[in-house]
Amino acid sequence: MVFHHFGKYILLLKSVFRKPEKLSIYKDEIFREMVEIGLGSLGIISIISVFIGAVTTVQTAFQLVSDLIPKSVIGGITRDSTILELSPTICSLVLAGKIGSSIASQIGTMRVTEQIDALEIMGINAPGYLILPKVAAGVMMIPMLVIISIFLSITGGYLAGTASGAVTSVEFIQGLTTNFNPFTVTIAMVKAVVFAIIITTVSAYQGFYTNGGALEVGQASTKAVVISCIAILAADYIIAQLLL
Amino acid sequence: MIDIKNIKKNFGENQVLKDISASFKPGVSTLIIGGSGSGKTTLMKCMVGLHEPNMGNVAYDGRDFTSLSFEERIDIRKEIGMLFQSSALFDSMSVEKNILFPLNMFSNMPKSEKRDRVNFVLERVNLAGKNKLYPAELSGGMKKRVGIARAIAMNPKYLFCDEPNSGLDPKTSILIDELIQEITIEYNITTIVVTHDMNSVMGIGEHIIFLHQGQKWWEGSNKQITATYNKELNEFVFATKLMETLLKK
Repeated sequence: MVFHHFGKYILLLKSVFRKPEKLSIYKDEIFREMVEIGLGSLGIISIISVFIGAVTTVQTAFQLVSDLIPKSVIGGITRDSTILELSPTICSLVLAGKIGSSIASQIGTMRVTEQIDALEIMGINAPGYLILPKVAAGVMMIPMLVIISIFLSITGGYLAGTASGAVTSVEFIQGLTTNFNPFTVTIAMVKAVVFAIIITTVSAYQGFYTNGGALEVGQASTKAVVISCIAILAADYIIAQLLL
Repeated sequence: MIDIKNIKKNFGENQVLKDISASFKPGVSTLIIGGSGSGKTTLMKCMVGLHEPNMGNVAYDGRDFTSLSFEERIDIRKEIGMLFQSSALFDSMSVEKNILFPLNMFSNMPKSEKRDRVNFVLERVNLAGKNKLYPAELSGGMKKRVGIARAIAMNPKYLFCDEPNSGLDPKTSILIDELIQEITIEYNITTIVVTHDMNSVMGIGEHIIFLHQGQKWWEGSNKQITATYNKELNEFVFATKLMETLLKK
């Protein structure tokens, strides 16, 4: 059963990357999706990022009970855990819920109302027209959201740490700027791109093969979120294992 | 001209279409009728390539459609217009954008010419001036007419209509039937209508194919249909009291 779905998923991806009928129409669709995925998710990503950073700082400070460890370590730990794990992974899990369910229900509704059949009858490559702009927009916008999230998360950590007295401003900035390895940002970007592909394609697959009516569209949407989340966590482990 | 030969279609163990062959002429509306589950819509979907038949072939003016790949089918698909049961209008687009969609995708007409074409087809379906409305703002009959306008925007050679009268009142149904008939004759289109509406059968049924349990059970015209003795056909035709009463009179 799993192999059957995986095979169908690969075949769908093959259709997605066929040569577009008219580039100008695809370009417009990509811009529209970029606004929806990027700007549309900026609010929620900003809010969760600030809190992720704040919680990381406060909890790291709580665990550093030894006087032998300098408080500046808190800044370093917040920076690395935010860049390597928290921003790319938690943001992508949230985006799987927000964007993934939207993609699955949008395409699923088009399927059950015969709009996809109408596209195919016109001679349009429906997977390409419907899915390719979403994948392209996701791959461009999700890494940008992750970068914004990293900055906001570190800012949140700084504010929470200094406001609670867990760490001073100087100590936090010292920790932040000491032993920085730029490769961690590369890993974050690799994760963001892979997660973007997972979110958009898995959700589109669930929507594209919806059968039935409103109930099935809802189920496809739920499945899209659940499978995307599991795939993101699995991919997170594989990337960490391969690149670190 | 469309020719179908020995079409068979199974869904798992269930054989939905059993060896169906027929010819559809240009300038004539062919009605495919039959009870629910008789295979009408499946046959239409096999003809347009939304389902792949397990056996048999479909030829558009001698071009074998079933043996072609997706890319090779595009040229034939550009010559096909289809009106769906649910109208299948793109609900995020206005009426104008719905009709413009295939034109934008496949034609290199200048913008003004495309707009003229949209206005022309909207006028043809008696919806002039409704360009900016969205599908949610249209009645069922208007949606069907926009569906027809979108289907004929590219000057199709073949028009497929899946239950064009479902969910419509009798008066609007007659208007839609008349519109399909007029367009078929005016542009010499090969039109295939899937329906179980006896009003359509009696109104525009110049060529009728009756399906029963996935087989072609009877073929003829509306002039012959009430005069033919065929148990299953008669049961279908005289299922409504209205038909029975009219015939007695």
